[in-house]
Amino acid sequence: MNPLAAIGRTFLAFLSATGRTVTFAALALFHCATPPWYPRLIVRQVLDIGYYSLPVVGLTAVFTGMVLALQSYTGFSRFQAESAVAGIVALSITRELGPVLAGLMVAGRVGAAIAAEIGTMRVTEQIDALTTLSTNPFRYLVAPRMIAATLTLPVLVLVADVIGVMGGYAVSIHKLGFSPTVYLASTFDILKTMDVVSGLVKATVFGFLVALMGCYHGYHSRLGAQGVGQATTYAVVSGSILILTFNYIVTEIFFPE
Amino acid sequence: MTDGTAKISVRGLKKSFGRKTVLDGVDFDVAPGESLVIIGGSGTGKSVTIKCILGLIEPDEGTIEIDGDNATGLGGGDRDALMAKFGMLFQGGALFDSLTVWENVAFRLIRPRGASRREAREAAIDNLGMVGLGEDVADLHPAELSGGMMKRVALARAIAARPDIVFFDEPTTGLDPITADVINDLIVSVREKLGVSTVSITHDMASVRKIADRVAMLHGGRLVWTGSAGEIDASGNPFVDQFINGHADGPIAMDVRRP
Repeated sequence: MNPLAAIGRTFLAFLSATGRTVTFAALALFHCATPPWYPRLIVRQVLDIGYYSLPVVGLTAVFTGMVLALQSYTGFSRFQAESAVAGIVALSITRELGPVLAGLMVAGRVGAAIAAEIGTMRVTEQIDALTTLSTNPFRYLVAPRMIAATLTLPVLVLVADVIGVMGGYAVSIHKLGFSPTVYLASTFDILKTMDVVSGLVKATVFGFLVALMGCYHGYHSRLGAQGVGQATTYAVVSGSILILTFNYIVTEIFFPE
Repeated sequence: MTDGTAKISVRGLKKSFGRKTVLDGVDFDVAPGESLVIIGGSGTGKSVTIKCILGLIEPDEGTIEIDGDNATGLGGGDRDALMAKFGMLFQGGALFDSLTVWENVAFRLIRPRGASRREAREAAIDNLGMVGLGEDVADLHPAELSGGMMKRVALARAIAARPDIVFFDEPTTGLDPITADVINDLIVSVREKLGVSTVSITHDMASVRKIADRVAMLHGGRLVWTGSAGEIDASGNPFVDQFINGHADGPIAMDVRRP
């Protein structure tokens, strides 16, 4: 086997997959932006994606905030800079850990569920059935999930921000002996609107990407149980990698230096 | 239009997947109110033929006309308007798991046609009655139904919006002989009541004898025999004879390794 040919084939397959994904994303955006919409389906997806993800995102945020307070205290106490703990917790959670960890958790929970559901509909001919019933599968299946994920992830992240900061607060007050007033004052002193806004913009992008990967891999699922299983795995893996990639890109746009 | 009376007219239909040619020039017509059954072995392109007519697969070559109008390469509103003429019973039913039975049956009435949920539910229950199911199943989910009931609900969904043409993909596959006969009777009764044209694909010869006006045998990407249902036993065609008698030996060669 010629190794150059193998590299070439892999590169061409990558370009082809990128082209298919971008075309799918453009079609999905078109159907999200143009009527008719299905409000009942959007509301149901908002509940599935947003409301039912609250426990997992909340638990992730609270423990991340708690660990962050402990670790940063351990590090900063060596330089007598314990007062920086509140700021480090607030900035880390709002700018990075809130959106990224919530995005990854939602990619695992929601991206997988979307891919499995749409993939099963593909292999049981339910997507073909939609077409024969004069219903566009992009409008009925893809658009409600994309709209719901894009709108709800920022809300989830806002909740995660508050819970994460409060996790750090609880550890700092009850374990590390900080004064509640001083801790909260330092948090609000250091936190700027842009820190929270950048995190929410990231969450919007991540919500879009998670739903896009779930829908794309489910829609193109190969036949059989193995095909649906693969679609689910690809949705989670590609969603997580895209979240980490776009996290850097959005950070670069908001904080270039 | 190729034939002045044809509901469906297919000419020179070709479709390949990669190097595999599935359809290699298929021609047939279906008259108004007629029941055409396409028979043939597994993988001979029966489902592909139906999916090309429905627009789910784009053919490589050939023409498909419905009521004299071109039915290939359509998009958006034109495709939706054409789909309104079709009903389709999928092999596995393809009922939507997340919806109840009545929401499945009334799907086309609620979404594209905008009927109120109350009207749609009443219409769904009427259609369930046509396939021998009562109101008691209306609020069940598809996962709670037996295979035969699923086929009946799928049939009710296929006819709910009163299409002109109904397609049946292996309507009796996976059912016991008695339930299969009930489904065959329902297909005949629905066709007589609604006056629709039907195109069915099946391996089940009992089904063929019951529901077909005309039979076409697909082999090697082409129709190798077409005739009335009554002529099938005396067709004189070796492909048809081998298929209806279920013989391993004959012109239809199977890729089976001999011991």
